[in-house]
Amino acid sequence: MKHEAIVVGVSSGGMNALKFIFSALPAGFSLPIIIVQHISAYSDNGWIKILNKKSNLTIKEADEKEKIETGKVYIAAANYHLLIENDKTFSLTIDEHVNFARPSVDVLFESAADAYKEKLIGIVLTGSNSDGTKGIKRIKELGGMAIIQDPETAESSIMPASAIAAIQPDYILSLEKIVQLLIKITQPNKQ
Amino acid sequence: MAMSGLEEVSQIQSKVLKDETFAYELLQDLSITVTEMFRDKDFYKSLRENIIPILKTYPYIKIWHAGCATGEEAYSMAIIMQEEGLYNRTTIYATDFNQQALNKAKEGIFSNASMKEYTLNYQLSGGKESFSSYYTSGHDNIIMNQSLKKNIVWANHNLVTDSVFAEVHLILCRNVLIYFDVDLQNKVQKLFYESLINGGILCLGSKESLHFTDFFEKYTELDKTQRIFKKKY
Repeated sequence: MKHEAIVVGVSSGGMNALKFIFSALPAGFSLPIIIVQHISAYSDNGWIKILNKKSNLTIKEADEKEKIETGKVYIAAANYHLLIENDKTFSLTIDEHVNFARPSVDVLFESAADAYKEKLIGIVLTGSNSDGTKGIKRIKELGGMAIIQDPETAESSIMPASAIAAIQPDYILSLEKIVQLLIKITQPNKQ
Repeated sequence: MAMSGLEEVSQIQSKVLKDETFAYELLQDLSITVTEMFRDKDFYKSLRENIIPILKTYPYIKIWHAGCATGEEAYSMAIIMQEEGLYNRTTIYATDFNQQALNKAKEGIFSNASMKEYTLNYQLSGGKESFSSYYTSGHDNIIMNQSLKKNIVWANHNLVTDSVFAEVHLILCRNVLIYFDVDLQNKVQKLFYESLINGGILCLGSKESLHFTDFFEKYTELDKTQRIFKKKY
C-alpha cells in the first residue's frame, strides 16, 4: 500500500461530518487517521467517547508521546496543538494559537507532511475559516495526496473553498464519495 | 532569524559558537513562554478540593512552580492560597531558566485584553471573589496586587542542569515536560522526587504522564484525570 496515514482538518459542521465518516468506515480499516476538530478550550473529551461508540474503529484522544498505530483514529485534545514527530509519535504543545485555533489544522498538517512525505493523505472538510490551507499546500509540496470536501456539500464552505483556491487537489468530493475513495485506496492490490 | 539579521538557518551555528550574547538571546527566544491564569478549570477545582486540605495540615507550606515562564500560574496559586487563608504561611518558589520571562513575571504586568479570559477561567475553576480585585487596571495593561507578590520568590533555575534547592510540599510543573523527550523527563522527575517531602504532591499538565518514566511506582494517583500524584511514604 502506498499510503501510511491520513490527516483530517475540520471545523464548524465537523461533528456531523465525523459522525457520518466513522459510521461508514468499516472495521479493520487499515490506515491511522489523525484529526484536528476545532473545539472550545473548555471542552473535555466526552464527545470523542460518544463518537467512538458510534464507530467500527477505535477512536481516542491523541496522547503525548503515543506511538501512532495502524487502524486507529486519533483526535487532537482541546487547547493543545497536536504534532507528529519523524518517529511517528505525537507531541502536544501549548504554543500560541495559529489561525485563532488551538489545536490548529495547519500545525498538524505541516508536521505530518514532514513526517510522512508522499505517504500522507490530507483531507480538508467543512469549516468557516482558512485553517488547513497552508498545511494542505505543504502536504502537496511533499508529494502527498489532497482530498477536499466539495464546498457545495459542506455545512460550512469556507475552509474547503480556501484550500481549493490554494492548491490543485487530487479529489474534490462529497463525504460519501470520500469514504468510498478511502476504502478503495486502502484495499490491497487495487493501487 | 528576523531578529538576528541572518539569511540562512545554517549561519546560526557559527554565530552561536562565537557570540555568547547571541547564543543566550537565541535560547531565550526558543523557549516557550505561553501560559495563562487558571488554565484548565478542572485542575484548579481539584487543587482546591483535594490538595488544599492536605496543605492545611502543615505549619508552613513550600510550593515550587517549575518552569513558571511569565508567572501567570504562580499568581493563580497565590490567589488561591490567599482565599484559603494560607498565604501568610506559604512560600512559592517560581523558577524558570528564561530570565526575560522571569523579569516579566516579577513585574506582574499583563495585558488587559487577556483578563477577560482569565476571569472566566477563574470563575469556572471555583473562584468566588471578584477577580478584578486582584489587580489594578490601566489602559492597556494591569498590574497584579503587591499582596500577591510578597511570598513569591522568583529565581533562575534550569530543570536540566541545576539541582535540588529546597524541600517542598507541592510541585507544579504543568505543560513543560511535553517539550522534553523521555530521557530528559526521567532526569527532571528524579529532581522532583528528591525535592518533595514524603507525602508531597506533584501536579503535571492534564496531557502529561508519569507512565513513561521510572517514577510511576513511587507515587499514588490523587486525581488520575488531572494528573495529580502523591509521593509514597
